[in-house]
Amino acid sequence: MKARLLSQLQACIAAKEPVALVTDTATGAQSLVGEDVQGDVPLEAHLGEIKRRIAADKSGAIENTSLFVRVYSPNPRLVVVGAVHIAQSLVPLAQIAGFEVVVIDPRAAFLTAGKLAGATTIEDWPDDGMKLVRPDGRTAVVTLTHDPKLDDPALAAALRSPAFYIGALGSRKTHDKRLQRLRGDGFTDSDLARIRGPVGLDINAISPPEIAVSIIAQVIETLRAGAK
Amino acid sequence: MSETHALDQIAAWRAAGRKTALATVVQTWGSSPRPAGSHMAINDRNEFVGSVSGGCIEGAVVEAAREVMTSGVPKTLDFGVTNEMAWEVGLACGGKVRVFVEAVE
Repeated sequence: MKARLLSQLQACIAAKEPVALVTDTATGAQSLVGEDVQGDVPLEAHLGEIKRRIAADKSGAIENTSLFVRVYSPNPRLVVVGAVHIAQSLVPLAQIAGFEVVVIDPRAAFLTAGKLAGATTIEDWPDDGMKLVRPDGRTAVVTLTHDPKLDDPALAAALRSPAFYIGALGSRKTHDKRLQRLRGDGFTDSDLARIRGPVGLDINAISPPEIAVSIIAQVIETLRAGAK
Repeated sequence: MSETHALDQIAAWRAAGRKTALATVVQTWGSSPRPAGSHMAINDRNEFVGSVSGGCIEGAVVEAAREVMTSGVPKTLDFGVTNEMAWEVGLACGGKVRVFVEAVE
């Protein structure tokens, strides 16, 4: 790879622009396919397949050619509502797993007390915070506060978005009451079925770090559903 | 830690004056541990980050990377149980992988 092409590729990744590096493995020639195409490989006949692979975030060889397409997509995001004790474990776990993490909490003391290094923090009410975040199809949203006036607006915003995962901390009883309130806000049962509650895979977790493991495991399970 | 970490590592090594190579899984068959696109960055001090298998073939890839860094000519390596090198660097899982190794210069 030419150093100049590496710099261009890194610039696209930094700008969160989905991009593909196409390599002719027979010769080592390479092209970069993003908003435009630059490089040494003639790609006209394969641009359709390359763009499809970029959209599907699926790297792979193009059949009956020596071309390999490496897709670089922006990292998935995890939005954590509530900088509580569990968040202190969930933030680093999610970062290790490759997520960009945003933490929303209007309580400044919670944001600064937690070990949230590397996460983007938004000190605001969840309804305003969620407007800044604008969850997309590669975003997971987890509410951890237990407090309806913080959790409910965040869940409502998440339900109105294409977020791929929505989880809410709380016991079955708490969750049933939460669903009742959200039904009162006009959400249907099929909307509410998107919320995972009690949140996380059932691994008998007890401590906050264990609960964080169960949550990130369920987020990954959902993100990768159908990948195998 | 995402796969782009290997690219960042290569840029950092180059800035420090090291020779570098990038290995990429370009095809897999059967139960291979790392999917197509997985990256591993290697420098001329045999240091590497990332992975192209569960640790079975990284040593052989580092070897090949040293050659590629010197020659500047990329190489495609095939690993699998049917490979003649199987006893040395075969994949215990029974899968097969093809790895493309290129110098970054």
